[in-house]
Amino acid sequence: MSNFLQLLFNGLGIGAIYALVSLGFVLLIRAASVVNFGQGEFSMLGAYLLVVFFNIFGINYYVSMALSIVIMAGFGVIFAYTTYWPLRFRGGLPVIISTIGASIFLENLVLVLYGPSSVQIDGLFDADGIQIGDVFLATQYLSIIVIATILVVLQYLVFEKTLLGKKLQATSQDKEMASLLGIPVVFMILITFAYSSAMGGLAGMLVAPLLFVSVNMAGIIALKAFAANIIGGYGSIPGAILGGLALGVIETMGASYISVPYKDAFAFAMLLLFLMVRPQGLFGEKISEKA
Amino acid sequence: MNGLSTSIWRGLPQAGLAAIIAIGLAMLAPDQGYYLNILMQASTYAIAVVGLVVVLGYCGQISIAQAAFFGIGAYGVAIGTVDYGLNFFVAMLIAVGVSGVFGLILGLGSLRLGGHYLAMVSISFQQILTLVLTNWIEFTHGPDGIRNIPRPRFFGLSLQGGNAFLALCLVAMVLVALFAWRLKATKLGRAMQAVRDNDLAAATSGIDVFGTKVIAFGISAVLGAIGGGLFAGGFGYISPDQFSFAESIVLLTMALLGGVQSPFGALIGTMLLIILPETLRFLKQVYLAVYGAAVILIMVFLPDGLWGFIDDRIRRNARAITLPAPKLPLLSQTGQMGTEKVLEVADLAKHFGGLKAVDGVSFAVRRGSVHALIGPNGSGKSTFINVVTGLYVATAGKISFAGQDITTLSPHQRNRRGLARTFQNIRVFRGMTVLENVMIGAERDGNDVANAPAEVLTRALAALDFVDMRADAHRMVGELSYGHQRYVEIARALAGSPDLLLLDEPAAGLNMTEKVELGNLLKRLKGHGLTILIVDHDMNLVEQVADHITVLNFGRRIADGAPGDVLRHPDVIAAYLGEPRHEVA
Repeated sequence: MSNFLQLLFNGLGIGAIYALVSLGFVLLIRAASVVNFGQGEFSMLGAYLLVVFFNIFGINYYVSMALSIVIMAGFGVIFAYTTYWPLRFRGGLPVIISTIGASIFLENLVLVLYGPSSVQIDGLFDADGIQIGDVFLATQYLSIIVIATILVVLQYLVFEKTLLGKKLQATSQDKEMASLLGIPVVFMILITFAYSSAMGGLAGMLVAPLLFVSVNMAGIIALKAFAANIIGGYGSIPGAILGGLALGVIETMGASYISVPYKDAFAFAMLLLFLMVRPQGLFGEKISEKA
Repeated sequence: MNGLSTSIWRGLPQAGLAAIIAIGLAMLAPDQGYYLNILMQASTYAIAVVGLVVVLGYCGQISIAQAAFFGIGAYGVAIGTVDYGLNFFVAMLIAVGVSGVFGLILGLGSLRLGGHYLAMVSISFQQILTLVLTNWIEFTHGPDGIRNIPRPRFFGLSLQGGNAFLALCLVAMVLVALFAWRLKATKLGRAMQAVRDNDLAAATSGIDVFGTKVIAFGISAVLGAIGGGLFAGGFGYISPDQFSFAESIVLLTMALLGGVQSPFGALIGTMLLIILPETLRFLKQVYLAVYGAAVILIMVFLPDGLWGFIDDRIRRNARAITLPAPKLPLLSQTGQMGTEKVLEVADLAKHFGGLKAVDGVSFAVRRGSVHALIGPNGSGKSTFINVVTGLYVATAGKISFAGQDITTLSPHQRNRRGLARTFQNIRVFRGMTVLENVMIGAERDGNDVANAPAEVLTRALAALDFVDMRADAHRMVGELSYGHQRYVEIARALAGSPDLLLLDEPAAGLNMTEKVELGNLLKRLKGHGLTILIVDHDMNLVEQVADHITVLNFGRRIADGAPGDVLRHPDVIAAYLGEPRHEVA
């Protein structure tokens, strides 16, 4: 039982990371109908920025994080202008491929600048964790869960309770109508890219102490986060969170009880299962095209 | 499938010639490991990239798992020859078969999924395969890979030498490219493109959309495995990382760079991306970063790839093609005019949750008549048409067509029985020419000319003649005006010699002149005795052509009969003009 609780906790920790990255996906899907295959590189870049500021420049850890988040937000705008903007009228597939191109570009740019060796980085706090009975709550996992929860609540409040949130929602639901109502649609889309990039970067910084920072640290995380998004319900915010948590838990349990080498396969097997049985996911709606 | 084989075999002489040239080139290649390796890599990759042309370029289905199929081919050959001592070609055959089956299974995923979902399914498949290759050590030799894969003998001819094996790879590449090139102009190839451009219109033109997608995935997987099998023989050593997700992306980029619409584009893209970096070795460090940036630039500036750019130039200079001009009987109606019920619906209902869009409608369309279905906005007309053509499943009731119950048939099965339609918001196959659009109509299964390619062509031309559009036969349909696209849609339906033509608001979006022309066209069709069910708002048009009118309001039939009676019916007037106010006494 204690083993189970320990796995549950670790699973929720890694699941919270999937949920954060998945939220970044969902926001872009909703605001701009963009499936961003470069989402993982946002996380990778965030982690590398932290390495640069903290490990190399020796700036205070939390200041480094704040700086990295701000830079990532700016980067999101650049990403939007180069990868999405020129192709925005050409449908889904060209943008998907262009984001794949961006992801190859970013990975290899960092490889050129930084080299292939992976870097270790400190966690948020010095303390290792708390022992409760047989269960050990590692600080970094605890922090991830707490920060993810705060972000989700904040995001909910912004989306549901502020005018900015309403405008963002309006933009995601019907760009044409939103623009007729005087909502600056372009600005809204840029904000979404900035936020999505910043949040992806933060997820990368949070997961960095657990994984080592390397060029391809986030590729598999992003794929699983996207899987989480489909399992939860394509484009659904609660779906992204629950899908991410569920995936983290299932994968951790699966690795422990079934097979360690196939750890990465559980997420994809579960995704395939969902796509066959319930393609609309946990919270998705069935959409049919009008003839 | 007959149409496919005949057209493919007609390319045999060209294929032979191309194969001989390929062998000659292979023999001329410098006998040095370095050059031979590059050429072998390029030719085997190219085969897999042609597979992407079929599934992505022709059929519009995204697959990010081509390296997985390439890997299945390579591992099949390696395990078969090294561990089981099989003949190279036998091992290859088994590997290709296995890959094809996996391709079909992946294609099954397209039953309910499209776009990013399908991309995700293929990525999942790719990831799981990589894990299996790495971890199932007893079978795959794990991360170390498999060494000393032998090269085969071919009818007593040794292919051990580098040049000889390269010749095999090049011949395979040329044959695969020619196959894909011929495929594009076959019935199956046109069906794939129709599915890509507009799956609803494809279904109502008699194309089994799902089956076509599955076949495209199957072909793509088979080609991937052929490339992979040859790759294993060429290099003699394989390991899991050669068939990873990243390699799938490389293959996808090759297809996109060259132009995903044509196998020649695939060859160009592959050669370029394999040979270029070798010649630019000083860029090695930043090569992949440049590569990623190039993908974005290609998408922005060359949406159809390098070949698309060339092809566009060629087509612009080849507009004026003269065509044979046979006059053909297009409309040959049989059956008892005026009495026989072509279409009969009984208590038909379609509910969306609590909304009863069609609520127990019954009426019949008689052979040779022009039957109009009218009603105010939201009265259920379009829903009705969609239920009759099978795009929506009926909640209740029965639809009979030519005496048979078609209530549960799929859209393409209904079309194959002779039920054709047009759409209110025009649905044409925009990536194809006017002629190809109409040929798809002519080759619906069930049409008399369906399996005779030459007659499909003449039938399509006759249909274009009928709507006076033959001069535009070789233009891309997307270049035409809205009104002309509507004619293409009508011609597509006519070319299939339907028993019943359903026109969903054909006058919508047309200007006055076009409406007059449409009216004349409908009168000519009526003159030929074609049975038509027309839905429209334009009362002028309806009055001109209709023999019989049915009126819907709020999903129910409120009137049915001859035009004069129906249009004076108080309920109809009330539905259109509103209820008169009750005077207060």
